Amino acid sequence: MPTAVPHGVGLDPAATNMALLVVLLPFVAFVLLAVVVPLRRRGQAAGAVSIAAIAVAFLAALFSWFVWKGDAHVQTWAWIPADEGPTATVGVLLDPLSNAMLVLVTLVSLLVQIYSLAYLRDERAPSLGRYYTYQSLFAFSMLGLVLSPSFIQMFVFWELVGLCSYLLIGYWYERPSAARAAVKAFWITKLGDLGFVIGIVMLWAATGTFEFHALFALAQEHALAIEGLGTIMLLIYLGAVGKSAQFPLHVWLPDAMEGPAPVSALIHAATMVTAGVFMVTRAQPLFVLVPDVLVLIGWVGAFTALLAATLACVESDIKRVLAYSTVSQLGYMMAAVGAGAPDAGFLHLLTHGLFKALLFLGAGAVIHAVGTNDIFRMGGLFRAMPQTGVVFIVGTLALAGLPPLAGFFSKEAVLAGVWDSGMTWPFLMLALTVLLTAFYMFRVVFLTFFGRVPATGHPHEPSWTMRGPLWVLAALTVLVGIRLAAGSVGGRHGPGWLAPLSVAAALGGIALAWAAYQRGAVDPGRLAATFPLSVIDVLARRRYGLDGLYAGLYRGFILGLSRLIGWIDRYLVDGVLNFVSASTLRGGDLLRRIQSGHAQDYVYGVAFGVLLLLVWSQWWAR
Amino acid sequence: MSLNAYLTLAALVFAIGLFGVLTRRNAIGILLGIELMLNAVNINLVAFARFHGDLRGLVFTLFTIAITVAEVAVGLAIVIVIFRVRRTVEADRLDLLRG
Repeated sequence: MPTAVPHGVGLDPAATNMALLVVLLPFVAFVLLAVVVPLRRRGQAAGAVSIAAIAVAFLAALFSWFVWKGDAHVQTWAWIPADEGPTATVGVLLDPLSNAMLVLVTLVSLLVQIYSLAYLRDERAPSLGRYYTYQSLFAFSMLGLVLSPSFIQMFVFWELVGLCSYLLIGYWYERPSAARAAVKAFWITKLGDLGFVIGIVMLWAATGTFEFHALFALAQEHALAIEGLGTIMLLIYLGAVGKSAQFPLHVWLPDAMEGPAPVSALIHAATMVTAGVFMVTRAQPLFVLVPDVLVLIGWVGAFTALLAATLACVESDIKRVLAYSTVSQLGYMMAAVGAGAPDAGFLHLLTHGLFKALLFLGAGAVIHAVGTNDIFRMGGLFRAMPQTGVVFIVGTLALAGLPPLAGFFSKEAVLAGVWDSGMTWPFLMLALTVLLTAFYMFRVVFLTFFGRVPATGHPHEPSWTMRGPLWVLAALTVLVGIRLAAGSVGGRHGPGWLAPLSVAAALGGIALAWAAYQRGAVDPGRLAATFPLSVIDVLARRRYGLDGLYAGLYRGFILGLSRLIGWIDRYLVDGVLNFVSASTLRGGDLLRRIQSGHAQDYVYGVAFGVLLLLVWSQWWAR
Repeated sequence: MSLNAYLTLAALVFAIGLFGVLTRRNAIGILLGIELMLNAVNINLVAFARFHGDLRGLVFTLFTIAITVAEVAVGLAIVIVIFRVRRTVEADRLDLLRG
C-alpha cells in the first residue's frame, strides 16, 4: 500500500510506473537468465534477451525524459513495518537528476551489451550467458540505485552494483590477476561502504527517517542541527570515496581493468563509479549544512584529479591510462560538488559517461585488433582502422576539453564552479590537470594510432556490432557539445579568461605530447629526468607507494588479525570445548568402575543406604 | 513373652539373612539368605497378628509363603540354567553387566 506522499512532491502514477518499468525490465531479464539454465547456456540467445530488455528500458527512460523532464514524482511502499508507520520504505523517486541518470545508464548499457556480442564472440556459450546475466543484474541494480527515494534503498542497490562490479571484474576468473583484482575492488570499496552504512544509521538514529524528502524538509526548516552532523556526513561521504575511487581509496579502479573492456566502459567509467558523485549530489541539501565537509570533498576531489593525472602519464597499459583518467575526472566531479556546484559536477558526470564509454569501447576495439594492452607495442593503427581512430580521437578531444565537444562545456562549468567558490588551490590543481589530461590522452593517441608500425599481427577494423556503438557515442559527444554550446544547459561560465585558459592548457598538453611522442623533438625520458618532474616521475612509477602501502597494511593488519583470531579460536575457544569433553570422558571413565556387575555389591549399596536413612531418621530428622 | 522378643528374633533372622546374601559366594547360598529375610518378615507379621488380635496378618503370611515357594522355584531354575551355560554358580564370576 502506498504511504503518504511527502510534502512538496508530485505523485503521478504514470511517471512512477514508467520508472518502475525501466528498472524492472532488466530484473525480469536477469531472473529469466538466472533461472532458465538452457537459455543462459545458449550464450547469444541470452544476450538477445538481455539486450531486448535493456533496449525497451532505454526507450521507456527516453520517453520519461521527454514527458516528465522537469518534475519530481515519488511513490513509496512500506518495507519494514513498525508500530508508528513503516521504518523503511522502497519506491521510486523520479526527478530531473534520476531521469537523466536513467537515460545515461540505459543508453550506455544498451550500447555496451550490443558491443559485447562481438567483443566476447570467442567466449564459450555458457560463459557468455553468465556475462549477460551479470549485465542484466547490473542494469537493474544501477537503475534501482538512481531511483532510490531513501538512503536505505540506495545502500542496498549500492551494494548490489558493488557485487556486479566484483563479478564482472572477475569474469575471467581463471586468470589469477583478474580474481585478485576483483577481490581488491571488493575489499577497498567495502572499506568506504562501512562508513556509508554507519553514517546512514547514525542519521536515522538522529532523525528517525531514511527518506530523502523528509530529511531535506528537515534541512530546509533548519531542524537538522544535530550534534555530530559533520561526522555523519563525513561517514556518508566515505562511501562515495570508495565507490567513486577518490584518494586514498582510488587504487582499486586501475586494477579493475582486468575485466573485459565493455565492462570497464559501463561499470568502471560511465555508471557505477559515478554513483558516489550521484549520491553526494542527491544528498546535497544535507551536505550544505556542513561546509567543512564540503571543503574537504572539494580538496580531495581536486587532489585526486591531479594525482591520477600524473599516474596516467607514466602508465603504458591503454586501459589503465583510461582508468586513471576516470579517477581524475571523478575528482573533477567531486571538486565541483564540494565547491557547491553540483549541477556542474552532474553535467560532467553525464558528458564524461558518454565520452569515457566511447574511449573504453575504442580501446577495446584496439585491443581486440592487436591483442595487447601495451601502447608501446602499438602504432600506426590509424591506417588499419581509420573509423576506430576517428571516434577515439573525438573522445580524446572531448576528454581533453576542446570546444565544441561535450567535455569542454562541462569541464569549464566545473572549473567555473570551483573558481566561484573561492577555492584557489583546488582550482589551480584542476587547471594543471587540464594540461596533463590533454598530454596523457594524446600520448596514447600518438603512440597507438600514429608513429612507427610494429610488426605484430594484422590489425583490422572491427565488425559493425562493435563500430555501431562507437559511432553512436561519438555522435552523441558531438551533439551534446553543440547543444551545450547553444546555451541554456549548465548556465555557468565563470570569468571571461577561463575558457581561453582551459583551451590553451589543453592545446599546450596536446602540443607537448606531439613534440614528445610524434615529432620526437623532446625526449620524454630526458624530460622526465629534469628536476621537479623527475621526483614526480619516480614516485608515479611506484604509484606513490599507495598500492604497496595497502598491500602491506593488508598483510600486516588483516593477516595479523586473522592469525590472532585463529590463535584465539584454536587455543581459547577450542581449548574450553576440549577441556569440557575431556573431563566428561575422564569422569565417566572413573565413575564406570562402580558398576562392577556383581549383584552383591549393589545389594550392599542398597543395605548401606537404608542403614544411613535409618540412622538419619532416628537422630537428625526430628 | 512380649512382642519385643518376637521382633528382636525377627530382626536377628533378617540380619543373618542379609549377611548371607552379602557374603555367600554361592548363588544357592544367596537364595537361602533371601529365604531367611522373607521368613523374618513372616515372624513379624504373625507376631503382630497375635498381639493385636487381627487375623489379616496370618492371611498375609500364607500369601508370603506361597509366593516364596514360587520365587525359590524360579530362582533355582535360573541358577540351574546359569550353571549349564557358565559351568559355575560363583556370584563373583557372574559379572556380565560390569561397566
